[in-house]
Amino acid sequence: MTNQTAIKTTANASSAAGERNKKILHGFIYAGLGLWALIVLFPFYWMLITSIKSYGSYNAERIPQLFPTSPTLENYADAFTAVPLADYFLNTLIFTVLTTVLMLFIIVPAAFAFSRLEFRGKNALFTLFLSLMMIPNELVIITNFVTITNLDLRNSFAGLILPSAASVFYIYLLKENFAQIPDELYYAAKVDGTSDLKYLLRIMLPICRPTVVTVTILKVIECWNSYVWPRLITDEEAYFLVSNGIQEIRENGFGRENIPAMMAAVVVISVPLIVLFLIFRRKIMEGVARGGTKG
Amino acid sequence: MKVVLEHVTKTFPNRNKKIKDDVIAVSDFTYEIPDGKLIGLLGPSGCGKSTTLNLISGLLKPTSGRIFFGDDDVTDISPEHRGIGLVFQNYALYPHMTVAENIMFPLGNLRGKEKMSRADMRAKAEEIARLVQIDPYLDRKPAELSGGQQQRVAIARALVKMPRVLLLDEPLSNLDARLRLQTREEIRRIQRETGITTIFVTHDQEEAMSISDAIVVMRDGVVQQIGAPQEVYNDPCNLFVAKFLGTPPINVFAGTVRAGKLYFGDDCVLDVPGVSDRDVTVGIRPEGFEVDAAGPMHCALSAIEVMGRDVSIVASHESCQSASIRAIVDADDVKGLSTAVRFRLKAHKVDLFDPATEARIPVGE
Amino acid sequence: MEKNNLKAWLYLLPAILFLGVFLVYPLIDVFIYSFEEGYNTASQTYLGVGGYNYSYVLHDPYFLQAVKNTFILVLITVPVSTGLALLISVGLASISKLRELFQTIYFLPYVTNTLAVGLVFMILFQKTEYSDGLINILLGVFGMSPIDFIDGPWWAKMLVLCVYTVWVVLPFKILILTSALASVKQDYYNAARVDGTGRMRVFCRITLPMISPMLFYLIITGFIGAFKAYSDAVALFGTQLNAAEMNTIVGYVYDMLYGDSGGYPSYASAAAIILFVIVLTITVINLLVSRRHVHYS
Repeated sequence: MTNQTAIKTTANASSAAGERNKKILHGFIYAGLGLWALIVLFPFYWMLITSIKSYGSYNAERIPQLFPTSPTLENYADAFTAVPLADYFLNTLIFTVLTTVLMLFIIVPAAFAFSRLEFRGKNALFTLFLSLMMIPNELVIITNFVTITNLDLRNSFAGLILPSAASVFYIYLLKENFAQIPDELYYAAKVDGTSDLKYLLRIMLPICRPTVVTVTILKVIECWNSYVWPRLITDEEAYFLVSNGIQEIRENGFGRENIPAMMAAVVVISVPLIVLFLIFRRKIMEGVARGGTKG
Repeated sequence: MKVVLEHVTKTFPNRNKKIKDDVIAVSDFTYEIPDGKLIGLLGPSGCGKSTTLNLISGLLKPTSGRIFFGDDDVTDISPEHRGIGLVFQNYALYPHMTVAENIMFPLGNLRGKEKMSRADMRAKAEEIARLVQIDPYLDRKPAELSGGQQQRVAIARALVKMPRVLLLDEPLSNLDARLRLQTREEIRRIQRETGITTIFVTHDQEEAMSISDAIVVMRDGVVQQIGAPQEVYNDPCNLFVAKFLGTPPINVFAGTVRAGKLYFGDDCVLDVPGVSDRDVTVGIRPEGFEVDAAGPMHCALSAIEVMGRDVSIVASHESCQSASIRAIVDADDVKGLSTAVRFRLKAHKVDLFDPATEARIPVGE
Repeated sequence: MEKNNLKAWLYLLPAILFLGVFLVYPLIDVFIYSFEEGYNTASQTYLGVGGYNYSYVLHDPYFLQAVKNTFILVLITVPVSTGLALLISVGLASISKLRELFQTIYFLPYVTNTLAVGLVFMILFQKTEYSDGLINILLGVFGMSPIDFIDGPWWAKMLVLCVYTVWVVLPFKILILTSALASVKQDYYNAARVDGTGRMRVFCRITLPMISPMLFYLIITGFIGAFKAYSDAVALFGTQLNAAEMNTIVGYVYDMLYGDSGGYPSYASAAAIILFVIVLTITVINLLVSRRHVHYS
């Protein structure tokens, strides 16, 4: 009897101590996660706050102020008038849309052929495609630079877009998804006399819409942030994308180092993707988790 | 070790946030499970049987009520201090460890005086592995074993610390039909050899009936009936239990009692002394029919299915509420039947229920 | 099924065309470039074939500086970011309230323009004649004297580059590890809990082995990604990376190709191939190590 009571009390005591330890641990976890959230958010806060400080008041702050005393929007006006930010913006938009559309025209038929059609050399070709995934961009960019230069396509949208359009990885992603559609659907469509192209457009694409949307969004992010290739291939400001534009603003920007105006430009550049992210949050995170890598 | 549940209730917040009421998973469960028995918790999915198991294991805490192991109140004690072994439906074997490592894993948690050397742990694991007959596979990974073998490893892992109570969640549902028969005998044998009070959950009434010392039939979180399998089968307390147990299932009819006699339409089929005049729902076991050319119950014959020793008669009657009547009779009795068949009923295979409450109506003096 | 050879190739034509011109041909060409000595961009002629380009690159102090920078960046950021991501993901997995909010916040850097946000880091760390900058003021609280992290000593610049790189790569790693942790079935944890397994033992013996394939994937891609670092450095220190002693191998390749010091595709090719060989070697070593330590189901 005494023995059993002893067992009971120790068990009770240890479980109460466990509860307390768990609470303390949770406190630490929340504190840690909160701290990291702060570190992630602070640069965003800082660019917003700096962008609404006036040039004079920013430079007068020996100790930077966490809250602006006299907020102003003049920096945003400067960002669009003193430097051609609107042009950079438009260029990036054109570049992003055209590249993404062209990519879809390349990858959708290829993924269809790999997943649905039978032809000689299919396996060998697919293996070749897969092995192409391992080629780092840095290796091929040199020749592409020479090729585009020789074709006289520097400082043109064609030069910007063409080498960026194809993506082996997205062909692979889409092919895997297409392959999950049951064969019966294809045979049913064949029996009804549906052509392959119609089957692709009317049945496969709608079924795989989530993947197509994911691929599109990932490509848009990639295009919007691309820097290296546009930098190599454009030296006329008229063809600068936002990444090059912001670099140009930093180095030769507003005639003098105007950090608040620069931050206004940074905000303008960052907003579209952040908005896109907040709308398609789940899709983007799922898509990236399924094997996307940055850039 | 006996296990006692006293008024155990478990509610969950409703997932549909618009509905304020909590979902009652287990309602006022009281039962004393005797020491050293094998108990089957039985019911359709969502009836609260798995929740009950998790309450006993301590993975869930009851909203109200107490749980005792022997005389110890374990209600507020966390699972690791309860001294239980738990076997999961999909076994939850650690895929990156060998069979031996899986079985030894719980022993590695022992601290202080109980701490064991690696050699002792290995010896203990081998002993248990022999008990469940998987000792030839100790150095394999779970993925290299068949479903039945994995099941035994899971049982071995649950038994290695010699738990006071062994809990099994749907132990046979991941096995194919042949292995299921074999494994359930195995579970019975292991339970007998160790003498550990064992509780298992299943939705398969045949499985529960075949190996349990007692079964607990649950529905919507409420215990319907507890008892030895044959007892519950013969004496169901309500229509739900009657319908849930037995294959082929019980045949259900709408009947009327007039002056101590049971009528199906115009057929006066049975004497039911002591029952007042009223409408009743009638359950008749398939083995409760006897073919009799002079029998009182007139049915249209749909088909005769030969099952070997017995035959199954598929028939219809205007009062029948099941899709069709299924009667199991001796093969010799069906000779000469063509479009109609007449039955006499065995009184002890016929149960009456209240059509509204579905509760059993006692027949007799 | 019948073979529709012609039709299939027609569907594949755009992909083959684009990949051929911009991926396969350049891959072959870059090797040729790297062995053509004295290549003249204007006349597109060369003097001979040999290993001079490699020898030049390997003796170029700028390249050696870039290699040193890249290796230091890799050796610091890969372990730090992977460890931090693991810590944060495990933290995320153990809470339920606010979890989605945290996940969303942590992912934000992934969708931002590296060049643009780099400027914010620059002004946070920069010490100018007007102000010591926010980070220096913060460090001053702990009694440290202000350092110019952007135009100052090499180690300070390296530190900022590492901090920014970790900030940029963490979203991807946290996301991958969070979903890896979520895919470990609750039953395993319940089984361990019933056995009274301690937190650390559960983490080391169950969680870690179960997510090891994903963890390993992150380490490999982390190595590859960090070896290709470039835009982060440009964002912080501008395009003149050689002068800032902050160049990376990839930066060296681009600088050789184009810009004030450009016009040498042969040197660029040799440097790119050296980078490729380094990355390949490290990846193979990684794969060999993983054979022994990673559990694949």
